[in-house]
Amino acid sequence: MYNWDFYAIFQSFDLFITGVWVTFLYTAGSIILGILVGLATCFARLSRFWWLRLIARSYQELFRCTPLLVQILWAYYALPMILGITISNTMAGLLTLSLYVGSFYSEIFRGGILAVDKGQREAAAAIGMSGVQSMRYIIMPQAVKNMLPSFINVSIMQLKNTSLLYVISIAELTYMTSVVTSETYRPLEAYSIAAILYFAMLFPLTQLADHFERRMRRSD
Amino acid sequence: MTNITPAISVRGLCKSFGALKVLKDIDLDLAPGEVLGLIGPSGSGKSTLIRCLNMLETPTDGTVLFQGRIVSPKFHAKAPAIGTGELRRKVGMIFQHFNLFPHLTVLENITSGPIRVLGEGRAEADAYALDLLAQVGLADKAQAYPAHLSGGQKQRVAIARALAMRPEVLLLDEVTSALDPELVGEVLEVIRRLAIGGMTMVLVTHEMSFAADVASRVIFMEQGKIAEEGSPDQILRNPTSERLRGFLSRFHG
Repeated sequence: MYNWDFYAIFQSFDLFITGVWVTFLYTAGSIILGILVGLATCFARLSRFWWLRLIARSYQELFRCTPLLVQILWAYYALPMILGITISNTMAGLLTLSLYVGSFYSEIFRGGILAVDKGQREAAAAIGMSGVQSMRYIIMPQAVKNMLPSFINVSIMQLKNTSLLYVISIAELTYMTSVVTSETYRPLEAYSIAAILYFAMLFPLTQLADHFERRMRRSD
Repeated sequence: MTNITPAISVRGLCKSFGALKVLKDIDLDLAPGEVLGLIGPSGSGKSTLIRCLNMLETPTDGTVLFQGRIVSPKFHAKAPAIGTGELRRKVGMIFQHFNLFPHLTVLENITSGPIRVLGEGRAEADAYALDLLAQVGLADKAQAYPAHLSGGQKQRVAIARALAMRPEVLLLDEVTSALDPELVGEVLEVIRRLAIGGMTMVLVTHEMSFAADVASRVIFMEQGKIAEEGSPDQILRNPTSERLRGFLSRFHG
């Protein structure tokens, strides 16, 4: 029977705190950038210009059809070679995570917008709203409701995806856990704590999401 | 009639969807205060015609004039032309499937146009919306969401939403076709009162007795053309052509 011993782990608990904080920062940063990229890509795909649609589509497929781990390694090691510049691990990590999640967000946004009945756009047009007004006041509020569940799912995944930044030595939770392990020789305890911390970060978020979703269903 | 500028004129209007010609060279004048009934079999182009009048469909050829000004398919247009933005502020439309905004309350549905498009203040818009709701008999539903209304109530809200823009013309596209039979009456009653009040209207309808009752003129469309045109008496009560009689006979059971 394994003898669990958390003493050494708790001695280095500040390392976990750092890991949690860095994980949070990369998650929040890449979600915010991902939303911007996703919105731009979504509207590019809905555009009437074929070349915009083509660019958006190519980006989406490139990032959705390759593993995130490969993307991170490629951005950190291969991209600097090709461009002849140095890219910090922070930059490579944040950029890759943002573009990765943005490719999924863009499809969620697009689906949410397309799912709004076309009669809504016509009704908005019929009272004289411009395309932008109709999008802002009529289509988007309904689209957000459509897209919220998938958006939250992908965002939860995104927090967990930050653990892959471990391979380029970014001090997020998984990387910090490996640091704790090498200092304490207590991997089972360290990774158990890591799992609990990931859970503790995500569980309140899923509850909050449920709450918002219920509130948005008021009009049903 | 000749010295009054028509509310809406249509000249040589054609509309195709791909190879399908839905409207073929339509000419039409709608006088201010006139209630024009558009009847005809499914696929005859009635709905497409009415949707061309506020540019929900862009005509393939021909022109639409609003109060003598050429309608442009652009949102903003240089005078003397009129853009779709201004046109739609002045021409209201009511749809078969209501198309109420499900995320907004009844009151917000009605005030969204006045506030967002006309730039009215909320207090002013709310007051007028409540007034309109009372007129359509739904004063107590201001805070309800559309999902909680019956079809007849939804359509009356949709009428109030269109009226809140203080339109000069109303386009009604089969507004009772999606309603349960027992709910048709309450909607027709509202439209009848608008007609009595002098509202200029074009109504696409399958309610022949209603058309006979409120319309000042009736057009029978067939295969994308105006086949017959005249007073409700001529068209609906004393049809002469074989086709029109055949069409009407299906509505008398």
